[in-house]
Amino acid sequence: MDILIYGTVNSVVFSLIAVGFTLVYGVARVPNFAHGSIYVLVGFLTWSFVNDLKMNYALAILLSLVIASIVGLLIYRLVLIRLRGMPTSEIIASFAVSLIILEGLRMQGIAGFKGFIGPFYTLQPFVEGKISIAGIFVDYQRLIIIGAGLGLVIFLWVFTHHTKIGLSLRAIAQDERAAMMLGVNSDRTAMISLSIGSALAGLAAVIILPLGSVRAEEGYRVLIYALAVCIIGGLGSWGGAVLASFVLAFAMKISTSLFGALWESVVLVGTIILILLFRPSGLLGKQKELEERV
Amino acid sequence: MADRAKRKKRLDRSIKVRTEGLYALASWAEMGYLFMPRVVLVLGLLLLPLVLDMYWQRVLCSAGIYALLAIGFDFLAEYVGLVCLGGAFFIGAGGYIAGLLNEYFHWSPFVTIPIATVLGAGISTLVLVPCLRLRGIYFAIVSFMFPLFAVFIIIALNVFGGTEGITALDTFPNVWVELYLILGVVIVALFALRRLVNEDMGIILRGIMDNDQAVRASGINIIAYKTKAVFIAALLGCFGGAYLSHLYGWLGLSLFAMDFSILPIAACVMGGMGTLVGPVLGAFILTPMSEALRGFGQLRVVLYCLILIGFMVYKPEGIMNALQRKYHQFEVWEEV
Repeated sequence: MDILIYGTVNSVVFSLIAVGFTLVYGVARVPNFAHGSIYVLVGFLTWSFVNDLKMNYALAILLSLVIASIVGLLIYRLVLIRLRGMPTSEIIASFAVSLIILEGLRMQGIAGFKGFIGPFYTLQPFVEGKISIAGIFVDYQRLIIIGAGLGLVIFLWVFTHHTKIGLSLRAIAQDERAAMMLGVNSDRTAMISLSIGSALAGLAAVIILPLGSVRAEEGYRVLIYALAVCIIGGLGSWGGAVLASFVLAFAMKISTSLFGALWESVVLVGTIILILLFRPSGLLGKQKELEERV
Repeated sequence: MADRAKRKKRLDRSIKVRTEGLYALASWAEMGYLFMPRVVLVLGLLLLPLVLDMYWQRVLCSAGIYALLAIGFDFLAEYVGLVCLGGAFFIGAGGYIAGLLNEYFHWSPFVTIPIATVLGAGISTLVLVPCLRLRGIYFAIVSFMFPLFAVFIIIALNVFGGTEGITALDTFPNVWVELYLILGVVIVALFALRRLVNEDMGIILRGIMDNDQAVRASGINIIAYKTKAVFIAALLGCFGGAYLSHLYGWLGLSLFAMDFSILPIAACVMGGMGTLVGPVLGAFILTPMSEALRGFGQLRVVLYCLILIGFMVYKPEGIMNALQRKYHQFEVWEEV
């Protein structure tokens, strides 16, 4: 029972972390390896706004989300736009951006905000308190996570299938030239996707971070989880992303309770490697299945 | 004739017209033209240790390790089409094998390093063989996972010294052996690989990169060739690892650190992908630079990434490609 409840919570945490990345990489095919760093950046900014500038919590969250989307926009505008079509360069450059943000934060925070990212910097949960489900105590924050995660996935599915912007995101992923011919401005679309994706990473941060603390290491972990979920699920497939987060989270949870916490990461990475070896295009991936393997 | 006409002549043209791959040299000028860069590189590397002090000699040693990794990365990425982000795995495999042989059997570094190089490369290749069917970003991500996987396994099983590592391994007899061992290997590896990519095997590998189905249709086993290529790159990395663990007399989990995967890539980007010399140049520029920035603490990673992005955005061809082009366009006046 413990496994079931906390496994579900962890799965939704995984999907929340991954939705932004799936939108950017899976759907619009722009690898944004700065995803994890934006996650940490938003957590840090929110903390700073609340504690240094004594801002209202909701206002602080809103403001840092706006900043996150602007950062995403700038990353595309200043760096990635010049490297479109060269996947390796895109990956290396966005990973370098990510290192700049994370290590800069680890040093001394950003421009004027005093601060140091460490174990004592925690965000407060939205609602305090716990509830008992079938004998297991679950705090409200985890319930909010489940609700928000499910809502977000459904919203994004509708967004990418039934709105003009969402459809053009998928269009440039499938065939950029054809999309351009039909009047989709591919640079603008990719820029929009990056800024929405960054805001989603920030949203995940403010929802999830109250459970832990704001740390720079978190950024690398989030990036690996997001990559894993996105690729294992299959590029551009929301169902796949959700399925992948459940597979990974339950594999981790079960192995933790069977062999102890040390094996958690071994099982995680092992599962990723195995799935990628046997199904490189992911569990539910349909796009470009032939191109990805020999 | 009172005024003799003069015209500009490009030295590389005549050499290239007469030969393609096979050098038919007609004059001392042409011979010097071809030999000069090579001689400058080799002599430069060999003479560099003589002018540096103790501290920078150590830096030179680690620059050599990064240079080996960078050559390996460049070879795999530009000549085979496998972007391998798992350079740290090679370092870790070589380093751990050499260190363990030294710790438990007390063999000297000159025995453990060759064994660790070959054995480590064998193990790395065996691990990577199942992934060779993958392409592009998929291979990159899986190879990125392997160093992490190795770290987690060592922590979970608590073997090989666990999180603490093993200290007090044998080190090299003196600093000159350290220096010339790594520099010699860098030079040999560089020229051997440059030769290899122009041989038949290199042509097949490049064919695999461009269109693997076509190579396969010609009746060539592409997996076998990719395996050989990975083995060669792993040899370089594992030698670096084995050398590293004896250089500091220490082995630990930081042999699998991300630095070993990222810095060589930065060196390649800076030096110029696909030239094989460029990565060496990049490594010998970047490592001392990151050492000089040590005063900035963690901020040096930031500076260093800014430089990397600057190069990717504004000078994507890298130093070496630019230099090469300039050198090929070198002109002299000749009388007509």
